Amino acid sequence: MRSVQNPLSITRRDLLRKIGVSAGAAMMYQAMSTLGFARESDYRGPIDLGGAPKGTSILILGAGMAGLVAAYELRRAGYTVKVLEYNHRAGGRSWTLRGGDEYTELGGHKQKCEFDPGLYVNPGPWRIPYHHHGMLDYARRLKVPLEPFNQLNFNAYLHSSKDFGGKPQRYRHIYADYHGHIAELLSKAVNKGQLDAELTTEDKERLLQSLRTFGVLDKDYRYVKSFATSESRGYDSDGDRGAGLMPAPQFSTPIARDALLKSGLANYMVTPFDYDLTPSMFQPVGGMDRIAMALYNDVAPLVELDAKVTAIDQDERGVSVTYVDARRGGEAKHARADWCLCTIPLSILSEIPVKVSEPMLAAIQSAPYEASVKFGLQFKRRFWEDDERIYGGISFTDLPIQMIGYPMAGMNAGGKGVLLGGYVWGTNAYEFNAMTPEQRIRKAVELGAQIHPQYTAEFENGVVVSWHRSPFTQGCFANWSDAAREKHYVNLCQIDGRIALAGEHASRLPAWQEGAVLSSLDTISRMHKKIVATA
Amino acid sequence: MATPVPLSHSLRLCRNLLCLLALASFAPAAMSADDEPPPFSPPGSFTDLGHFAHQDGATLFRAICQGCHMADAKGAVGAGYYPALAGDQKLASATYPALVVLKGRHGMPPFGDYLTDAQVAEVVNYVRSHFGNQYPDALTQAEVARLR
Repeated sequence: MRSVQNPLSITRRDLLRKIGVSAGAAMMYQAMSTLGFARESDYRGPIDLGGAPKGTSILILGAGMAGLVAAYELRRAGYTVKVLEYNHRAGGRSWTLRGGDEYTELGGHKQKCEFDPGLYVNPGPWRIPYHHHGMLDYARRLKVPLEPFNQLNFNAYLHSSKDFGGKPQRYRHIYADYHGHIAELLSKAVNKGQLDAELTTEDKERLLQSLRTFGVLDKDYRYVKSFATSESRGYDSDGDRGAGLMPAPQFSTPIARDALLKSGLANYMVTPFDYDLTPSMFQPVGGMDRIAMALYNDVAPLVELDAKVTAIDQDERGVSVTYVDARRGGEAKHARADWCLCTIPLSILSEIPVKVSEPMLAAIQSAPYEASVKFGLQFKRRFWEDDERIYGGISFTDLPIQMIGYPMAGMNAGGKGVLLGGYVWGTNAYEFNAMTPEQRIRKAVELGAQIHPQYTAEFENGVVVSWHRSPFTQGCFANWSDAAREKHYVNLCQIDGRIALAGEHASRLPAWQEGAVLSSLDTISRMHKKIVATA
Repeated sequence: MATPVPLSHSLRLCRNLLCLLALASFAPAAMSADDEPPPFSPPGSFTDLGHFAHQDGATLFRAICQGCHMADAKGAVGAGYYPALAGDQKLASATYPALVVLKGRHGMPPFGDYLTDAQVAEVVNYVRSHFGNQYPDALTQAEVARLR
């Protein structure tokens, strides 16, 4: 039997996990914000690392966002910088897959992306909130053009495979009807005097007035089929408001309250109202890796690719790192520097001998990495736009694929398109992870066809990244428990002798690129201060 | 300490046995390690955790563990590595793998909230009696409960 948990003893982490598992990271972040965990970026503009002692060398491990930001800033400050990167490319999880790209996951399954030119999927981060000032500032300084990312699309779907005969429901219907029904119920309670203890007569009147607007209620405070509710939730057909002698509009019928409540679809509506997911959000034009690539272009000669770190050692004079060619193996190589900034994910670093203090070592070994899976599926035509008028945004479903994301680029241009064919968390992410890429893609197409029947005829090719199979991260992000963070986070963020760590794992914005950027800037600023002070 | 038998031998035995059973009883087709994994668990809801639906050790291994430790339980190597569970002397005491499954270890997430005590016992017993591991003692569900 499963142990039964006292609901009153639930910890914040349990709650976050519960929410995260059930509704994806989006809702987890929403809850984190509510619980005072996620917050606005601390970015305060470009850092000033003036007065770097001549000839001081810093070795950076990892060329993801944290490593690239550090290389970019430290080199400009005058340090002698070298970067070792495991992959045959820079960017880390800030990554875009395009036609011709190849990816071999752990287990040896190799995928070749067969997307048409101009089409792509971001298997890692895919959106930048307006308050991630560091990411936005680097995009601006490096002249990487951004475009809007619309998290919310009222014409996308909310889908419960067990309700409404499995037919996906338009977001706008669920949104309007849920608000309408709760406004009607609350009005009833007010009009029956059931809230008299809570409200003055004046406030009751003010509340009723606002509920009528908020829920689109009629003069008797009822939510019914009408011109007004059709203007809110839409007409039965989008073309019904024609001109001339075209047919008169047909009002649409709201979903019954009991069916709506039973479906639970209103629970999905929280996502675009989360602090991290509200408008305006952005994506780099052409793929998320554009920002990382712009940083890389600036520091490329300093970066050695295909370098697999096998040991990190230090003494009172400097740091010595052993590495091998990640593809060909062979002789061990050595890199030595005065200081080291290590951005290797803790899932990897915990398996590498590293000479740091016991508290930092314990911290390195204490962060579980979350499972997540993302699909990119190419279709012969953009049926979601042509047939269903869904331009960008996300549909949510209780199927194991959990989400379908529509491309924000190339809208209404016709031709082929690539959908985010699934963005999976929780138990289903582990189950997808246990499959071969071919099996995952077959399943994602089979499941997605329950929402878009066009899948069957229009699917062309796909790629999938299951983050626990990623050779360079062995997981998606460091999902610190409250207890582990409390115990280890400060130790993790120290400068331990001549070694310091950075990355999303060393931030309070886990999983976000902004966390990696801020962690990098904070750490190199402290390291710089220490270097200047001891020079 | 049990002596690990060669992996290929134990796998072959295991497959033959399953095939015979399937033929004899007309049970649903037995799956080998490289067959498609079992169907998905139902998604969690706002009021309950996501839980793995499968109950027997072999199916749980194929639905979860093989994703990282691989179908042959030999692990995988990239920038870091996933350890092999095949012929693994660290499995000599059932408590160790049970604790790792429940609480996680290093980057491996804890599975205590996703699995019942019975499921943890099932999957630990499966791994300790396959892939060249031949530990005769079985972990009980009550023992798992005490480790939580």
